[in-house]
Amino acid sequence: MKEQNIQVHSFKNGLTLVAEPMPSMQSAAFSLLVPSGSIHDPQGKNGSAAILCDMITRGAGDRDSIQLSNDMDNLGLQRSENVGCNHVSFSGAALAENLTTALDFYGDILRRPHLPDEEFDPTRLGIEQSLRAAEDEPRQKIMVELRRRSFESPWGLPSDGDLQDLPNISIDTVRDHYNRCFRPNGTIMGVAGNFDFDELKDVVGNLFGDWESKDDPTYETGSRGPSVDNIEHDSVQTHIGISYNAVPVVDPDYYAAWAAVGVLSGGMSSRLFTEVRENRGLCYAISAALNSLPHEGRILCYAGTSSDRAQETLDVTLQELIRLGEDIDEATGAGIQQSELDRCKARAKSSLVMQQESTFSRASSIARDWYFLGRVRTLNEVHQKIEALTVESVLEYVQKYPAEDFTILTIGPQPLEVNVAVS
Amino acid sequence: MQFHEAKLDNGLQVIAELNPQVHSVAMGFFVRAGSRDETSEVAGVSHFLEHMAFKGNEKHTAEDVNRIFDEVGAKYNASTSEEVTLFYGAILPEYLDKTFELLAGLIFPSLRQDDFDMEKNVILEEIGMYDDQPSFSAYEQIMKTHFAGHPLSRSILGSNDSISALTSEQMRQYHKDHYLSGNITLAVAGNTDWDEVMQLANQWCGNWPSGCFERPTHEAQPTGGVDLLSKDASQMQHIMQMCPAPSAKDVRRFAAEILTVIVGDDGGSRLYWDLVDPGIVEAAELGFNEYDGSGTFLTYMCAEPDTTVENLERIHAIYEDVNKNGVSQVELDQAKNKVASRVVLKSERPMGRLSSLGGNWVYRQEYRTVKDDLETLRSISLNDISELLEAYPLAWTTTAGVGPLAALQS
Repeated sequence: MKEQNIQVHSFKNGLTLVAEPMPSMQSAAFSLLVPSGSIHDPQGKNGSAAILCDMITRGAGDRDSIQLSNDMDNLGLQRSENVGCNHVSFSGAALAENLTTALDFYGDILRRPHLPDEEFDPTRLGIEQSLRAAEDEPRQKIMVELRRRSFESPWGLPSDGDLQDLPNISIDTVRDHYNRCFRPNGTIMGVAGNFDFDELKDVVGNLFGDWESKDDPTYETGSRGPSVDNIEHDSVQTHIGISYNAVPVVDPDYYAAWAAVGVLSGGMSSRLFTEVRENRGLCYAISAALNSLPHEGRILCYAGTSSDRAQETLDVTLQELIRLGEDIDEATGAGIQQSELDRCKARAKSSLVMQQESTFSRASSIARDWYFLGRVRTLNEVHQKIEALTVESVLEYVQKYPAEDFTILTIGPQPLEVNVAVS
Repeated sequence: MQFHEAKLDNGLQVIAELNPQVHSVAMGFFVRAGSRDETSEVAGVSHFLEHMAFKGNEKHTAEDVNRIFDEVGAKYNASTSEEVTLFYGAILPEYLDKTFELLAGLIFPSLRQDDFDMEKNVILEEIGMYDDQPSFSAYEQIMKTHFAGHPLSRSILGSNDSISALTSEQMRQYHKDHYLSGNITLAVAGNTDWDEVMQLANQWCGNWPSGCFERPTHEAQPTGGVDLLSKDASQMQHIMQMCPAPSAKDVRRFAAEILTVIVGDDGGSRLYWDLVDPGIVEAAELGFNEYDGSGTFLTYMCAEPDTTVENLERIHAIYEDVNKNGVSQVELDQAKNKVASRVVLKSERPMGRLSSLGGNWVYRQEYRTVKDDLETLRSISLNDISELLEAYPLAWTTTAGVGPLAALQS
């Protein structure tokens, strides 16, 4: 892989600019992470970050909502705003020559949003309808509800908000969320594409350098939801969610955890796909993914299947998760195989190389690295770490963090029996 | 960027847009076969066959196929539409030969009976999965109703009944009739060289049967109708409406595409400002779909059930205004800026180029560079939009929906 040129500048107010100039590209992309996500929703007001995230582009600086939207569209800026548990994030991509103008808009949006009274009701109504529409999509709903049962509050709470909490949120809640949380300290701006770093640094300095830092907001922690649960739903399929303990990105074992999940669910030759779908025809969709918070990681699995085959699907899936930890025995072919790990490595290499074709992937990747690790890993470093994994090191990880103490949630006509230990 | 094209002796079309600047190469076999080419007896066979392709041939078992693709780190998959079954993969250039062999192998699978029986379960699960997604169910409903009596009305997935009854013999016959070299385009985009592409094409595709399957492509003449699938437990009402639009070969398709951005893009459009921004509905969008010989404007709305009728009226008022007064130069310029940027950003990856490269050839036997697309976009005038609307006004000929409503009454 080509040597990358990663540049970092920390401004005095705590905002960090991480940048990767990619001179062969025509575009530039950015990912702005503001540490104001849903963990900062006040208790009983889950959804304030979500409403803020939607309202914040409805007028900022000298532009009202329509002007702002029109001007960004006219620049050809492809953008999105998202709320997660840790951040409200803003991402965008444009032709490289338009990067500076694009960032100007975000100086206004982050620092001078109007948050006007008259935009509150429309925003809240829009969010309420999105949440109700999600109730009609069990496959979407199950992951939200599985997170609630897997992670302690406030990390497990739905980032998009909670229908029953929406009436408790007012425009004051939203403005207060902004005033408490939007700040330069802890904000990360990842930029990748065709630009000159020194010029970019000056542009960002002019936009954000005099933004005053604030104390970090606090939040209250609470418990997580029940470990085994069924939400009754008049659906065609039964939707199954399973989670169990893993390690977060900062953990030295993270790469081994990544490979373990790769053996389970990376690609169509992985174990879950092969055993549950290909060999038994139990489902169309089945997957497992590693989900990391700063302090905790978990593996989250999903399977959707006809209700009359749901019990078998759950049993076989759990059995496969547990079987990953069995000892390697070359005579019987038990345990993680070298070939399984080799395939994980090949898929990783190809993904890493292809990241170099997308300014958008690089911008979000370097911003995310900075958040979790306080530094940026080069593609070569990640590649080397993955290449260094052995079946023994992956198995050691699996046995240290075995598939047990499951959290299991189903959405469907009937609950299922859980025949293994749960947390 | 260098374009090449050639035809093998058996009629297989090979096209490539090569770019030494990128890190990967993407390739795809575009088979001109989809649900519109089926009969009722084999409804869903194109899509089921797409699944069966991954079950391997005499050389590779199903397990081999999945394993080897993963061994080379390929990002690969397949998709089936009303008109095209696409098998594709993106890989690092050094794995092109291995990937080529595998992808080419998918086009002529063994269709083993035990694999067929097992995969049938997976297809039935996929049907069940989509039944739990109201917007997908609404799409199936509207295609069925809008195109009633026309081949485009056929469901891509088929039904529980048609899939349960389908035999491997019927699939074999369908494959034999449709998977002919003259019916397939191989497209390659990214970092490789033309000689290698041609050598691999001759090696792995040279012995495929020649011939071509001709489909009837008369323009549909929809008579319209309303078809609501009642689901009491749904929280929201999902509505789709459809009317005719230019077909894939009609030059007015460019104007149609830009018109839908102005009127019904998911942000900054007329529907957005009038219905979504004020929080009146969850979603209101207008899209344009082009097919062989026919086209559609597709409206999607997701709203509270009891506001459905009044919100549809709001959408119709916008359409009537656009039909009567057209759009403004400011709106047109803004939409062009939006689309131009999308075109360029998408083209940075070989996978992004592959779909337009293959699509342009399959539908129009035409190669278009990114620059061609941008020039065409810039040239669209208000007059082009007026002429389009004259021939294809925005309308709500057909309505389908999923949700609590059993009828649409104000």
